Amino acid sequence: MTMQEDHKDCFVLEGKMALPNQYFAGRLGSRFLIAIRDRKKIMGLKCNQCGKTFVPPREYCEKCWTKIADNWVELGTEGELVNFTVVRYGDRHLPKKPPYILGQIRLDGADTPLVHIVEGIDPREVESGIRVKAVFAAKTTNTIMDIDHFEPV
Amino acid sequence: MATKRVAICAVAQHKNGSDLWHKRFQGMLLDVLEELQAQTGFTFDEETGVNTIVSCSDDFFDARTISDNGVADVLGAQYRGEEKIAQEGLNAVGYAQAVILSGYADLVLVMGHCKESQSESRRMIANMGFDPFYGRAVGLDNLNAAALQARAYMKKAGLTEEHLAGIVVRTRQFAARNPYANAREIVEAGKVIASPQLCDPIRQLHAYPVSDGAVGMLLASEERAAEFTDRPVWIAGFANCMDSYFLGDRDLTANFALKQAAGRAYRKAGIADPRKEIDLVEVMDAYAYQQPLWIEGLGLCGDGEGARFLDQGGQEKYRVNLSGGMLAGNPVIIAGLYRAAEAALQLRGEAGERQAPDLKRAVAHSTTGAAGQFHSVLILER
Repeated sequence: MTMQEDHKDCFVLEGKMALPNQYFAGRLGSRFLIAIRDRKKIMGLKCNQCGKTFVPPREYCEKCWTKIADNWVELGTEGELVNFTVVRYGDRHLPKKPPYILGQIRLDGADTPLVHIVEGIDPREVESGIRVKAVFAAKTTNTIMDIDHFEPV
Repeated sequence: MATKRVAICAVAQHKNGSDLWHKRFQGMLLDVLEELQAQTGFTFDEETGVNTIVSCSDDFFDARTISDNGVADVLGAQYRGEEKIAQEGLNAVGYAQAVILSGYADLVLVMGHCKESQSESRRMIANMGFDPFYGRAVGLDNLNAAALQARAYMKKAGLTEEHLAGIVVRTRQFAARNPYANAREIVEAGKVIASPQLCDPIRQLHAYPVSDGAVGMLLASEERAAEFTDRPVWIAGFANCMDSYFLGDRDLTANFALKQAAGRAYRKAGIADPRKEIDLVEVMDAYAYQQPLWIEGLGLCGDGEGARFLDQGGQEKYRVNLSGGMLAGNPVIIAGLYRAAEAALQLRGEAGERQAPDLKRAVAHSTTGAAGQFHSVLILER
């Protein structure tokens, strides 16, 4: 299929998808985010069967289908940066101006790393394995951005 | 194994481009539909023609909800039965196979389209695929999630900048022979290595270009295939598998879902050892590092042996992505359907300058979701 069409009198329409909407945070999600917002505590849910502690919260262990919805455990607000990238492009959905570090942080007591922003270290010097701590946001957004970012301990 | 077989009777691809602003996606689908009709002579007769269409499109890229309804006429679906796959288009082939095997229909048209260029940012659309509280809020998208996977995988497999550059150089060499590919300019390894970091360790030339395209196929039952082609390509096996949604729940280098999908597809196809029984592979490599990673997941080399696979000539042995692959530019929601179309052309001996000799069996792969959450595997035979 070749593309030698005539472009005379051809035009495009500019559009924009913008629809205000809502999401229920969920019973577990609400508790998790309120703990961060009001108490500066990060909570996980532990499967006693597998011994695995999950964050963000969910009702069932994905490995063994044990219901874990009530088995809250308090995680540390510090952890290990287990993986990272340096975001060098700009886009409207990004919470920061590039370049910045987006990392996977395994909080003390958790098995599943959280994705979050790492500041306070030069992107050229960051390495996996460093210890980082949560810096809580001054203003709430009722999302995980109630942790503003992580920074080296 | 299924006792009945399903054939791909014809495939049609629209040429991929980075900004086909002067083509509506409706017009692109119409080109595909007309070409499939020209190849096979199929009709829309109520008794003997196509009455079931499986389509694939993305509502966010089309900026239109229930995006199939707006293109029904050019899908050939007006006045007929139609369903849209809300997944990568390779799954439309799996769905069409199931429709035919069930006896519900003996002819199915599969049609997919996507114009990535219509949106200001395809990464913004990918961001909307994440949950609003934990993923979207931190700005996750397909590129930065892939970058996390790339770093972890390069370390595990010993994959270097030179390996990645080699993949891109080879991609372009094959894409130059594929008239449907998007990025067809030859590049040197030095240019790839010198291209700016987009999202470390992913460089600009490691990422597939923004792409617009459309692709379709006619599938038929074994009884009817000969009416439409004398070179049927048979579906020997199809399977898919979904992994955990949250990135942190997954080992990003383990290929859990792909191994499951491949294992199931191989079993259905009666393949005991894929390394001995596969002649050609088309993997959906949105980023260069994904080519060896998905090859590991397909079982064509061992875990963490992707770099060695490249060093030992695995790409030529298994004829990996002779189309140029997704890296040469296919839109994200139908890049796997393009893989299947290319694999089918190869098995039919119709792949032109990129044709490989002596093919019996090929694999087409696709993935959706950040860092390969969901994988699909299609086995095709001559």
